[in-house]
Amino acid sequence: MEFFHKVTRFPFMNTRKVWYGLSALLIVASVGLVLVRGLNLGVDFTGGVVVETNFPQAPNIEGLRTALARAGVSNAQVQIFGSSRDILVRLPPDPNAKGDQIGAHILEIFTAADPGVKLQSTAVVGPQVGQELFVKGGWALFATLVLILIYVLFRFTPKLAFGAILAVLHDPVCVIGFFALTQMTFDLTAIAAILAVIGYSLNDTVIVFDRIRERARSARKLPISQVIDESINQTLSRTLMTKLVTLLVVLALLFFGGETLHAFSAALVIGILAGTYSSIYISAALALDFGLHTDDLLERKLTKPEEIDGLP
Amino acid sequence: MISYPRWKIALVAIVLVLGILLAVPNLFGEQSALQLARDRAAVLDGDRIAVEQLLKDKGVAPNGAFLEQGRLTLRFASTQDQLKARDLINEARPNQFTIALSTASRVPEWMRNLGLSPLKLGLDLRGGVYLVYQVDVQGAVKQLLDRHEQDFRASMRTARVPYQDVQVDYPLNRVRVLFRDADSMAKGKTALMADNRNLSLTDTSVDGAPALQLLLTPQEIKERQDYAVQQNIVILRNRLNSPELAVSEPQVARQGVDRISIQLPGLQNSAEVKKILGKTATLEFRMVDEGNNPLEAASTGRVPLGSKLYYTRDKQPVLLKRDVVVTGDQLTDASFQPSTQEGAAVSVSLDSRGAAKMLKNTQENLGHLMAVVFIDRSRDKNAEGVVVDKTSEEVINRATIRGVFSNSFQITGVNPIEGRELALLLRAGGLAAPLSAIEERAIGPSLGQDNIDKGVRAMVFGMLAAFIFMAVYYKLFGLIADLTLAANVVLLTALLSLLGAALTLPGIAAVVLTVGMAVDANILIYERIREELRIGVSPRAAITAGFDRAFSAIFDSNVTAFIAGLVLWLFGAGAVRGFAVVLMLGIVTSMFTAVMGSRALVQVIYGGKRKVDRLSI
Repeated sequence: MEFFHKVTRFPFMNTRKVWYGLSALLIVASVGLVLVRGLNLGVDFTGGVVVETNFPQAPNIEGLRTALARAGVSNAQVQIFGSSRDILVRLPPDPNAKGDQIGAHILEIFTAADPGVKLQSTAVVGPQVGQELFVKGGWALFATLVLILIYVLFRFTPKLAFGAILAVLHDPVCVIGFFALTQMTFDLTAIAAILAVIGYSLNDTVIVFDRIRERARSARKLPISQVIDESINQTLSRTLMTKLVTLLVVLALLFFGGETLHAFSAALVIGILAGTYSSIYISAALALDFGLHTDDLLERKLTKPEEIDGLP
Repeated sequence: MISYPRWKIALVAIVLVLGILLAVPNLFGEQSALQLARDRAAVLDGDRIAVEQLLKDKGVAPNGAFLEQGRLTLRFASTQDQLKARDLINEARPNQFTIALSTASRVPEWMRNLGLSPLKLGLDLRGGVYLVYQVDVQGAVKQLLDRHEQDFRASMRTARVPYQDVQVDYPLNRVRVLFRDADSMAKGKTALMADNRNLSLTDTSVDGAPALQLLLTPQEIKERQDYAVQQNIVILRNRLNSPELAVSEPQVARQGVDRISIQLPGLQNSAEVKKILGKTATLEFRMVDEGNNPLEAASTGRVPLGSKLYYTRDKQPVLLKRDVVVTGDQLTDASFQPSTQEGAAVSVSLDSRGAAKMLKNTQENLGHLMAVVFIDRSRDKNAEGVVVDKTSEEVINRATIRGVFSNSFQITGVNPIEGRELALLLRAGGLAAPLSAIEERAIGPSLGQDNIDKGVRAMVFGMLAAFIFMAVYYKLFGLIADLTLAANVVLLTALLSLLGAALTLPGIAAVVLTVGMAVDANILIYERIREELRIGVSPRAAITAGFDRAFSAIFDSNVTAFIAGLVLWLFGAGAVRGFAVVLMLGIVTSMFTAVMGSRALVQVIYGGKRKVDRLSI
């Protein structure tokens, strides 16, 4: 079986203004959403208490809220997570609260509503820990981008490298925008997913660039924009196939992985979609607009003639 | 013939066999088990033989028994046997072991002895409590400065050197001794140096008065802080073995500069644990009251004047003098000496204050018994929110004073196994910097099992989808890819089992993601082969070109993902770190299986044929 019997001939470079526009729209929308709606930061980042309980039957949430308020547990957020029988209670950080006790206390209050209720998990995160984790997460994102930039600079010419990094930057922005839009809980696993997306989305870009370099060397007479178009078209089947399979497995995670992995898998799905888009439409186009020239790709051949033979 | 070096095929085969061997322990499943630990000491092989014999005689022979990190694990066929065995051990050897209910893998002993063990599961999969403590490192430095201050005053007094004041400045980390004149300062310096040769004192003046200054260097401060954190880790480890807790496989690790993380798998209620871990402990050296009968005092309740009744660890009453010779905060170090002239011993170092008192005491009490008392204090809020202090005291060692000594001496008469523990305990007990819990996560066992079920289900469905897709889309080559994908999961399991890295739920997600990435490499190769075929290259050349040319792209694209994993591992904590570990290992194994593994398989299938007309791709 084969979906792409013939190599496609999509004019990616000529239409790049359109794709830039779309990307700009996505980025502006994402940033706007984050500014307007904000992120629903998880307890990992805000600090505080999260207690997860499981009821034998779906409880009346309003009833639980009033029960908590009456028992003196103030500022409690009560919400469903996963199924309607799973109830999550979230409290803001309180320096005097003791984690084990707050869990038991909430369970006690809920037992009055339904004796079959079970305590699933409790998490108590000190406010300074939350702050640190958030800062650390930011640094992790930054460090990943810098390290990957260094690697790509080392492997390709600067014009391609900056095109790749700018295109890759676009992906976490879209993922964060998605979290702002859906108000899904943004926690540590979401950061992990974003980092994985950055690493993974660069895959395609690198593969396209690899092909551009190879084509440029074998067809030196062709204008570079045509080389890029051909390279993207030639690798298109591979790009779409691999993303399709990866999406299949990530969708399995999203649908079967349970509530704990929900935000994580959602971030991966959005990240993979954005990454595929950016590596096809944006990264090489940016390199072209940075003034990429066939000579840039031949340079290495002139200085290091052995490289072309060594290249697979 | 398509050429491919035979040694590469052999290498693939060897790695795969090794991988299967390492992954096999995961297939055995789990059984109910008991975990025996001893309070402040290791369980020995002798104990294992004795306990096994005991249980065999009573008809509840364990299915397996092994020692690991000073703990004895016994496996049983059923929960009834497990509970029965616990009662039997408690009955036959009361108060000797801390017995925790747990589960253990059915891996046969010979496999375990070869170092083959199943994957460790993270807390999110097993259920349990995760705690992070902040160590008050500033407090530890403050303690050091305070001790210097007290020592200085004591030295001046003993040497009868007149001085104005001893000042401690905490934020500047210095201690100053102020004198009236230069003459007394010179004498003071001699006195201080006599008591502690390692001091680096500088001359200075405060408001015109001559002074001696001790300034802690950043190096000393860092050492002191590190020491405090390390000591606290030792204390916490020891406490987690205490009979009140009965936790199985507790893990205590340093986290960053001044934090300690604790994992307590299977634990439900963290309240009790936190109460015990939060205690601060200390030691006292006291002389034994040899003139009175402790048993009599214990039974009548009448304690002679000037003495106090204590109990040893095995509940024997002991009468000790009320006057304390040396307290734990005067102890600076303790280490275990396995072979001295008098057998195993524990070397103890005291500061100058403690040394002076010890010198006087040993001069006066040669040949008499001295005891070491372990004091554990806990502070807690009671139901009304009032802070309550609790103290428990026990005699951990009694030994005859055999010579005159002061700042460093040996406690002999300890047995070799306990000696090591005693040294740890002496160090630990003497120097506990205050701890406070800053993060706490508890996962119920049902949620853990639920997470395993969901993770495994997602993995199975995800992999099935990828398998079917590959087989349909690339025919025989797709099947080859499927085989290498399966091999990838086996190798990944093997590596994780070998490294002892805990598998978390995000870790399972990483396994699934790795499958996606491994597919990526296969697709790159196959698309390349198809391309080559399309431009009319012969099948043999297409295979070679496909594998060779795709390699640089596969390598480059995996490096970037590996970088992301590495950064995540460096910055992340807990379950997220589990994701990073699996991601990185998965990238390595998937490169190996997709590039070398599938090339070897292709070679096995097509290599022997003289002529290959077409490829099933």
